[in-house]
Amino acid sequence: MTVTEQPRHLESRPAPAPGPVGMVLVSHSALIAEGTAELVRQLAGGEVAVQPAGGLPEGGLGTSIELVEQAVRTADRGAGVVILADLGSAVLTVKLLLDDAAGLPAVLIADAPLVEGAVSAAVAASSGADLEAVRAAAEEARAFRKL
Amino acid sequence: MTTPRHSTILDTAFFTAWITRAAEAVEADRARLSDLDAAIGDGDHGTNLDRGFAGVLRVLDSTDARTPANVLALTGTTLISKVGGASGPLYGSAFRRAANILGEAEQVDLPGLAAALEAALAAVRKLGAARDGDKTMVDALAPAVAALGAAAADGAALLDALDAMVDAANAGAEATIPMQASKGRASYLGPRSIGHLDPGAASTVLILTALRDTAAAAARSGPDVEKEPDGDDGD
Repeated sequence: MTVTEQPRHLESRPAPAPGPVGMVLVSHSALIAEGTAELVRQLAGGEVAVQPAGGLPEGGLGTSIELVEQAVRTADRGAGVVILADLGSAVLTVKLLLDDAAGLPAVLIADAPLVEGAVSAAVAASSGADLEAVRAAAEEARAFRKL
Repeated sequence: MTTPRHSTILDTAFFTAWITRAAEAVEADRARLSDLDAAIGDGDHGTNLDRGFAGVLRVLDSTDARTPANVLALTGTTLISKVGGASGPLYGSAFRRAANILGEAEQVDLPGLAAALEAALAAVRKLGAARDGDKTMVDALAPAVAALGAAAADGAALLDALDAMVDAANAGAEATIPMQASKGRASYLGPRSIGHLDPGAASTVLILTALRDTAAAAARSGPDVEKEPDGDDGD
């Protein structure tokens, strides 16, 4: 293939422009995390990296700090990652990861409902919002009325 | 400086023995912990914690821990990665913070142990954001740490101090029965959480009792049990 347009990763470029803020969805259940990620990708378009981190590595319900960390690294495109979590120990696991975040990309946890918060955050991320703004969008979802 | 009356050495072998005993206690009480959890939580506390401690034993078995802090850090890190429930991050950060306090020391004295457990409590409080009376492991751990600290400050003998710690942990755990939970899964039950022993408080008692029993066993079999003051403690 002949290179007619600017290649994405030319060595002379100092650093690639950061992509949209990434997202990690942490749940006790792999199915919830994956299903929510599928829904969010659909609603937010394909630009935003949405990584599920649900259940335990060997299967079963629970949350795994290793899976969350891997997902954070995968979701980061240089602009940082917002994490949403479902319940109790998922939140604790994320807080613990953030306590010792040396070597991790910039990460924020959003205090938001998982599905609504993730959709809201992903839409903001796809429009180019920065890390703080994406988290704020997730947290706005707490006030969404359904009826 | 008062010299402690005890002769038990709190070294790497001691800490390994403690964690091993704690793992055995959790395994033996796995069903009881899960039953307690089933009453007010999701019924997996015993299974989760047993999986975590089984992982800890494998790690300790295959690693050449060189200091007490090493043992506790390995314990904490493994619990965080293996437990899968809320008790993983909570106990995990407790053990890791305790390890930080112990530093490079090859032996730990009673005040050092008390300071390490104080740090463990602070870690649990910070991560879980639980206050006293929320019906959590804090309700067993906080009085236990306070009792140990007070005994250490009084210059108590190691075993007496650990007895006081275990008594306080038991009393604290019992006191969770009439409490209404305001943290974790049990909090969804509201007033229906009243009347049940908190499983996290129960497992805290197991782990602290294992510490006391390890010291007691070491004192019995220790090299210098010079003067065993037998039958002197009729309350």
